[in-house]
Amino acid sequence: MAKEIEITMEELKSKIKNTTTFEEDTSTSGGSRIEAKDVKVWYDDFNAIKGIDMKIKPNTITAFIGPSGCGKSTFLRLFNRMNDYVEGFRMEGKIKINGDSIYKKKVNVEELRKEIGMVFQKPNPFPKSIYENVAYGLKIQGIKDKKLIDGRVEKALRQADLWEEVKDNLKKSALALSGGQQQRLCIARTLAVQPSILLMDEPTSALDPISTAKIEELIHHLKEEYTIIIVTHNMQQASRISDYTAFFYLGELIEYDKTRKIFTNPEKKQTENYITGRFG
Amino acid sequence: MNNHKKNKYIDQSFKVLGVLFTMLGIFILGVLIYNIVVAGFSRINWDFLTSLPSRKPERAGIYTAIIGTLDLMLLTVLFAIPIGVGAGIYLEEYAKKSKFSSILEINISNLAGVPSIIYGLLGLGIFVRFFGFGGSILSGSLTLSLLILPIIIVATREAIKAVPHSLKEASYALGASKWQTIKNVVIPSSFGGVLTGIILSLSRAIGETAPLIVVGAMAYVPFVPHSIFDTYSVLPMQIFSWTTRPQQGFAIAAAGAIIILLLITFIMNGIAVYFRNKWQKKLK
Repeated sequence: MAKEIEITMEELKSKIKNTTTFEEDTSTSGGSRIEAKDVKVWYDDFNAIKGIDMKIKPNTITAFIGPSGCGKSTFLRLFNRMNDYVEGFRMEGKIKINGDSIYKKKVNVEELRKEIGMVFQKPNPFPKSIYENVAYGLKIQGIKDKKLIDGRVEKALRQADLWEEVKDNLKKSALALSGGQQQRLCIARTLAVQPSILLMDEPTSALDPISTAKIEELIHHLKEEYTIIIVTHNMQQASRISDYTAFFYLGELIEYDKTRKIFTNPEKKQTENYITGRFG
Repeated sequence: MNNHKKNKYIDQSFKVLGVLFTMLGIFILGVLIYNIVVAGFSRINWDFLTSLPSRKPERAGIYTAIIGTLDLMLLTVLFAIPIGVGAGIYLEEYAKKSKFSSILEINISNLAGVPSIIYGLLGLGIFVRFFGFGGSILSGSLTLSLLILPIIIVATREAIKAVPHSLKEASYALGASKWQTIKNVVIPSSFGGVLTGIILSLSRAIGETAPLIVVGAMAYVPFVPHSIFDTYSVLPMQIFSWTTRPQQGFAIAAAGAIIILLLITFIMNGIAVYFRNKWQKKLK
């Protein structure tokens, strides 16, 4: 088992080395580009985000880091409008995905969320079978073609590297899976809807190191087809898997640059203090 | 050390006290059931269940009362469940937090504690007189529906509150609308709790006598109701009327009817527990 992890970590490292040669390459298709312009958010009187501008390139992995309560999760949840249900939520500014503003009145929020998948901090599979979990997003779209659904379920489970483990037990309850498997199931469930952006809110914080390594490897593969944003409290994780890193503090974006730059030679003192563990 | 001993002593005595009180409740219930079974068991036979009421105690049966009870419950379920569960879902999932909604909330909780005779008078005013349904099975079931609505609403809300927020978020994040989320996630996850609330409320409704007296349930109905506008009798009514008669025979008949009423209640509860367990197993 231990050997397995080593290999995985080795692989990851080599992949990170590859990404150090990352260039402004936007030719790969699949992912979407995201733009935020002067975004401010309030919860009642509390100013959670104080004016953030950010551009995220397609098919990249961007890590959001910062101490708890710095607004990184709030900012992430703006992209699929999950804050809409929070009482007292108010927002100013613009968020554009592939050039279209997503906070306009006429935007269909359900359609938007099919385009932008989300994986949560704690694995939250539905109390249904593994198959039903992955098929959920398709069934609510009204897709009835069983062959199509079967195909997509298998593809999504393969993408999430779970297929081999569950292919004989698709009818089994998802709650019987281990925590790591549940989280990969949640990723598969999201992928089945075929979004172009993946938002991940501390997806490995509730998992053990082995499951974490698996999911990190998975995220790395998914970059080819998706634009990925990941919120994380784990500095090593951010440096291992992301191309870009954004450091948030007290509702402001302090620094946003290539991950290598942030972790080796940050512009701002605050960033350096945070990543070296001097505060936060 | 001394303190430790004292705590242990208090702990033990509280345990004993708890056991005693629990036993007391069960004991009283046991005595009641024993008394009734001794008095009424000999009276229960097929004739008793299938005979019409009569002036002669030894010939009197509870056929019309059983049918009336079952009809009344069926109609009450039809009226109360959709409205109660619907209102519960609305209050928990759709209603915005405001002064109005919190006033509504407090009032619904209060309504659950209003004496049933008040509901009877309300039913008399609205269904019997205003709508002119008279002393019909329709008036009775509508009145009972009003009576159990608050219980169903409160139970539904509690059950929905217990659904983890993370499941709802997962559904929304996959592009589900509010209704799809309610239908596919919220209702299945809260079904057990809602069902328990419904059964508890029906168990209350089935034993109600006071409001039915007011809205015109009969103590003596020599025929089985054929439509919802017919007059009717129910088991508690029958029991009430028999216990007021001077003849000893009617007291025995009343005991027999009580056994049947208890049986129906137990069977209903049993069905509810069965469904709830089955549902919970399915979720695991």
